Amino acid sequence: MRRKKDQRRELAKEGLSRRAFLQGAGAAVSGGLLTAEMAQGAPKAESGKVVGPGTTPITLKINGKIHKLNLEPRVTLLDALRDRLDLTGAKKVCDRGVCGSCTVIMDGKPVYACNVLAIEAQGHDLTTIEGLRKGGELHPMMAAFVNHDAQQCGFCTPGFVVACTAFVNKHPDPTLEDVEKGLGGNLCRCGTYAGVRQAVLEAAKTMKGGSPNA
Amino acid sequence: MQTFEYASPTSVKEAVQLLASTSGGAEPFAGGTDLISAMKDGIVTPARLVSLQHVKELRGIKFSSDSGLSLGAMVTFEELLDNADVKQNYPALVQAADGVSSPQIRSLGTVAGDLCQRPRCWYYRAGFGLLATYNGKSLVPDGDNRYHAILGNSGPAYFVNPSSLAPILIALGATVRVEGEGQREVKLEQFFVTPTNDNQNLFALKPHEVVTEIQVPPPNDAKMAVYEVRQKTALDWPLAAAAVVLKMDGDTVKSARVVLGHVAPVPWPAPEAEQALAGKTFSEDVADEAGKAAVAKATPLSKNGYKVQLTRVAVKRALLRAVKGEA
Ligand SMILES: Cc1cc2nc3c(=O)[nH]c(=O)nc-3n(C[C@H](O)[C@H](O)[C@H](O)COP(=O)(O)OP(=O)(O)OC[C@H]3O[C@@H](n4cnc5c(N)ncnc54)[C@H](O)[C@@H]3O)c2cc1C
Repeated sequence: MRRKKDQRRELAKEGLSRRAFLQGAGAAVSGGLLTAEMAQGAPKAESGKVVGPGTTPITLKINGKIHKLNLEPRVTLLDALRDRLDLTGAKKVCDRGVCGSCTVIMDGKPVYACNVLAIEAQGHDLTTIEGLRKGGELHPMMAAFVNHDAQQCGFCTPGFVVACTAFVNKHPDPTLEDVEKGLGGNLCRCGTYAGVRQAVLEAAKTMKGGSPNA
Repeated sequence: MQTFEYASPTSVKEAVQLLASTSGGAEPFAGGTDLISAMKDGIVTPARLVSLQHVKELRGIKFSSDSGLSLGAMVTFEELLDNADVKQNYPALVQAADGVSSPQIRSLGTVAGDLCQRPRCWYYRAGFGLLATYNGKSLVPDGDNRYHAILGNSGPAYFVNPSSLAPILIALGATVRVEGEGQREVKLEQFFVTPTNDNQNLFALKPHEVVTEIQVPPPNDAKMAVYEVRQKTALDWPLAAAAVVLKMDGDTVKSARVVLGHVAPVPWPAPEAEQALAGKTFSEDVADEAGKAAVAKATPLSKNGYKVQLTRVAVKRALLRAVKGEA
């Protein structure tokens, strides 16, 4: 961690933005990017073997692609996504599993990426907000958020969209009451809940038959 | 978060060995929904995490009307809530689990993790230790104690046990199976410990022991319910809760178990309420009397007197829900 901070400082001196640096880091990592076919059987940690506290090879399957990283066991999935893979859609807000802004889908289930260690996410299928969009098309949940003005400042929005998508995948025909209860894992400080609920009801209709990407 | 070693065994035996073979302190790691946050806050600093994710023998729900329910330690909230046998035979367990409404926590959080989660006392979470002391004095009695204990709070511990599942599991007579050097069973009622120093284990677990299973006796036509009083409907813990299990003969209560949650450093059985119910013909007045009896010995702190009333009502409403099916 220390080294990264130093690197950032150096880069800042050279007039590079943090974002450009992170994008660079992302590009370097995708050198280790494999095709989706090789994704099958992404290895889990070897049984009983003790790794860390230093870095150890970690393989993650995210949005259908395999990523190979070297991480300390303490690195959360959220930090791996944001700081190593340039997948910054999942937001870091509370970092304690109480706000929902970092929600990603793991094996079809919504989870807080800040509560998952990257090393624990090995062998699972991960979908982030970036993976919901196919080509230039908005995912039906994203389109419904636009239609119902379901965001204001927008910072919680990626987490909501991912959580709502996982919710509709599990509850294809929800009532308003189901939606209210089922979205109890995300907070919006602007108070856009009314729009979010309507968006979920609309998306549930357009997503009939399930969302292809999650 | 401090650095740590990590291992992911596939058997309980291996997990126990991995917990035992480090000197710096090791923690079993289930869903991580509490442990990761506690580690980020620096209140737990294990040298090694032993993940239970791939230990298959800790998974699965079994039910038979003769032997009751067996919950593997790694059963998640979601699995518990989706299980048809649980829904049909233990509706109060569903009511308790349903209170944890965040789907993200339900996906990962496990039943053993719920029982073994650490208190939410804000002094503890801010680094003042389980007993919340500063300069040798507890910060709680003169501090902001609005969410602290109203029972079992003569000190030095003032926090409340945070588990929503524990009260109903205790009322149902559950037993915890643990494995370390050998295997043993502990009544869940005896599993929770009120600490007298900051380093004391909050659970009746010996070093390197893990919970493997929670066993719940068959319901045998008991009437049961949980009633929680919450400030927020999501992303928070209850302010007070009551779990009740009643054996009835027509309208007469033959016997009752009443266990309170979030009011004391451990899940709090209320024998006074049980006595107020035994042998009575059930009515709203009887339920009210039981609520009163449950909090008769409460000793609220400077800012949590309101919890006495909430607890009293929680008991009454849990009873009405159990016997009359009232929401
Ligand atoms: C915003 C929020 C709201 C919440 N609301 C509620 C609520 O209303 N009611 C409620 O009950 N809970 C609530 N929780 C807590 C949640 O239920 C727990 O975090 C969860 O159950 C812990 O399970 P886990 O598998 O993630 O445990 P972990 O975080 O992995 O572990 C927690 C502790 O249990 C120990 N442990 C886990 N499994 C075992 C085992 N098999 N043997 C021995 N020790 C073990 C670990 O070592 C650790 O010390 C809430 C949490 C959050 C973040």
